[in-house]
Amino acid sequence: MALPNKPAGELLATLDPAVVELDTDILIVGGGMAACGTAYEIKKWAPEGTKILLCDKAALERSGAVAQGLSAINTYLGENTPDDYVRMIRNDLMGIVREDLIFDCGRHVDRSVYLFEEWGLPIWKTLEDGKTVDGAQGAPILKIGTKPVRSGRWQIMINGESYKRIVAEAAKAALGSENIIERCFIVKLVLDKNEGNRIAGAVGFSVRENKVYVIRTNAMMVACGGAVNVFRPRSTGEGMGRCWYPVWNAGSTYTMCQEVGAEMTMMENRFVPARFKDGYGPVGAWFLLFKAKATNTLGENYMSTNAEMLKSYPPYGLAKVPASCLRNHLMLKEMREGRGPIYMDTPTALAALSANMTPKEVKHLLAEAWEDFLDMSVGQAGLWAGTNTEPEKVGSEIMPTEPYLLGSHSGCCGIWVAGPNEDWVPESYKVMYKGKNYKGMTTVNGLFTAGDGTGASGHKFSSGSHAEGRMVAKSMVRFIRDNGSFKPTLKETAKELADIVYKPVKTFMEHYQKSTSTDVNPNYIKPAGFQRRLMKITDEYGAGVATSYVTSKAMLDKAFHLLGMLREDSEKMAAGDLHELLRAWENYHRLGTVESHLRHILFREESRYPGFYYRSDFDLVDEKNWKCFVNSKFDPEKKEWSVFKKDYIQIIPD
Amino acid sequence: MPSFVDPAKCDGCKGGEKTACMYICPSDLMVLNVENMKAYNQEPDQCWECYSCVKICPQGAIAVRAYSDIVPLGGVVQPMMSSDSIMWTIQFRNGNLQRFKFPIRTTPEGSIDPKNAAHKGKNLDDERLTDEEIDNFSLAKPIAIYGK
Repeated sequence: MALPNKPAGELLATLDPAVVELDTDILIVGGGMAACGTAYEIKKWAPEGTKILLCDKAALERSGAVAQGLSAINTYLGENTPDDYVRMIRNDLMGIVREDLIFDCGRHVDRSVYLFEEWGLPIWKTLEDGKTVDGAQGAPILKIGTKPVRSGRWQIMINGESYKRIVAEAAKAALGSENIIERCFIVKLVLDKNEGNRIAGAVGFSVRENKVYVIRTNAMMVACGGAVNVFRPRSTGEGMGRCWYPVWNAGSTYTMCQEVGAEMTMMENRFVPARFKDGYGPVGAWFLLFKAKATNTLGENYMSTNAEMLKSYPPYGLAKVPASCLRNHLMLKEMREGRGPIYMDTPTALAALSANMTPKEVKHLLAEAWEDFLDMSVGQAGLWAGTNTEPEKVGSEIMPTEPYLLGSHSGCCGIWVAGPNEDWVPESYKVMYKGKNYKGMTTVNGLFTAGDGTGASGHKFSSGSHAEGRMVAKSMVRFIRDNGSFKPTLKETAKELADIVYKPVKTFMEHYQKSTSTDVNPNYIKPAGFQRRLMKITDEYGAGVATSYVTSKAMLDKAFHLLGMLREDSEKMAAGDLHELLRAWENYHRLGTVESHLRHILFREESRYPGFYYRSDFDLVDEKNWKCFVNSKFDPEKKEWSVFKKDYIQIIPD
Repeated sequence: MPSFVDPAKCDGCKGGEKTACMYICPSDLMVLNVENMKAYNQEPDQCWECYSCVKICPQGAIAVRAYSDIVPLGGVVQPMMSSDSIMWTIQFRNGNLQRFKFPIRTTPEGSIDPKNAAHKGKNLDDERLTDEEIDNFSLAKPIAIYGK
């Protein structure tokens, strides 16, 4: 048997990758819902001859958070007003949101849903007689006023297994496959050599061949998702990848943008979804569509028995639907006091619904319950199959997960961007460049973001991210029209950039023969070990599940001490093959995102999101001192961070 | 819940221009061993069980064994894709079987008209998207502004 000290992957890395230099007018980094929205919209505005390039680290057909599919579109306004949409989100995110961005999303989002349906996405409908039909039964389209099947005020049900494939097909058809590079992982943005605070390009590599891409561009959108596997998950074996949000979201959006100086906002925010335990199946349809109740082990509805606790958090706890974090807060009390496990009472809900149904209708109802998992979280179906769980017979446990960082779902961490060009948008919500405001632009000129990248603007979900990507497309075309004479000049040479990208390979090659095992070698750290160390630090000191989401200044100081050494060791990450090089960069991105998250939590001396995290030394929601954004900024020249308050401005009345 | 490959069925996509599972995996897990011409999942603990590889495999060679740290052995969840629907077979650990079929698409694959890209928006300086411009859709403004 050969010694295990050879690089293990199928696509081995070499020390001399080919370096390909490309010039474009607009670069789209990412391939999820937001990037597909941009790809679909952008050529409609760009003049003939405009060069547009999209780089996706995976395949567009199944990349991003919707890769697996979805069983619902969570943002479809229909009969609701954007004003009410703002009110709902403002309450759910504990009062501190960018109301201009949310309103803007709300007034455009249905247009993307119309497109999805036109392209072939089956959307459930409610007919005039009140009967509901699935999306393939030929009911008239939403655009002419047909009612969807609502599982909640904002959500509509779909047969969404192929949601992303459909959206990607439209994006590819509109942008042209020749303008899309798949399996190209952009890892670092590059500023302009001549003009300060101006984006000029990006560098990445092929995950399929030894090739580095150095790309110069006039404008760029970075929209490559949130951050997952940044906290130690509840399952640490094979199940580590069965996280709630997709495991390939590695914080790349946040880290790449903050490293070139983009101002970050609300990075202290996180989302801790309460989901079906271990399989992370969605609970929304169970709560809202099937009207199921979650109960403690005494059979009590903890939302009722603990209702008093909500009064401590006005107005967020007093709304008809209390903020998501507060619902967790009440559930955690039950778990801490030993009244777990918490169960979703699926048998009672299904029995109530099927009371007046024919056997055929009952069969259909059960199929709908299974489809909810099979469309978007097949693993939960696998867990039910393996544990003989039939929802009409036994309930299933629900539990709050490990924390996730994202800006498009029920969280709002991200990057500070320009609001829309409207007179009702406060001046401080605009980001001016040469006298003009470009919606979606970060504080780095020419650099835009959307989807999970946009901060303080949660609850966009799939449809809102797509719509936002389309808005940013138009904005970027406007930007390059106004700045057509700009000639991007990269600060570093192509060779220097290629060396940075391939440094983990060089480290591996230099040292791997100094040990009989590639994974255990004192000269370097492999990405998998790096990731586990990061997750251990966040879990134990950064308000992970280990401490029931509690942290303090002392614990955060300890986290930063350990993270400081982890950052030093990031220089010694080693990759023997191209897959491992991908992992090395993903984990480097995870580190930067975690540092930002904890830096913000340290600065905000209150517990704004009880149930998502608690500062034991400031265990209150402090409306007087902290009803404001926390923003931060890295100075790429001085290599220094600053963290500061920024005014929240209410736009929509209560 | 990692995917695994049946070596008796996998032919390494010999007839195709690229290995289907390797092409599609969003987490870059599926790889082809060219010596054996068989694919495998190179990092099971970073598998999201999204089933993209299972659904795309032309040989039906890929399945999922629920992850060992959570799920008892014996359950099977296997899809079969067609152009407009997906059929799921669920086999419980106790042998019970359920089957579900759901629509996935109402239009033929590849039918989204690329010509819509040729439509050009007119006013680059307002806030409307192209389809909103075509429909003469008027964008909402806040009904009332706080403090005004």
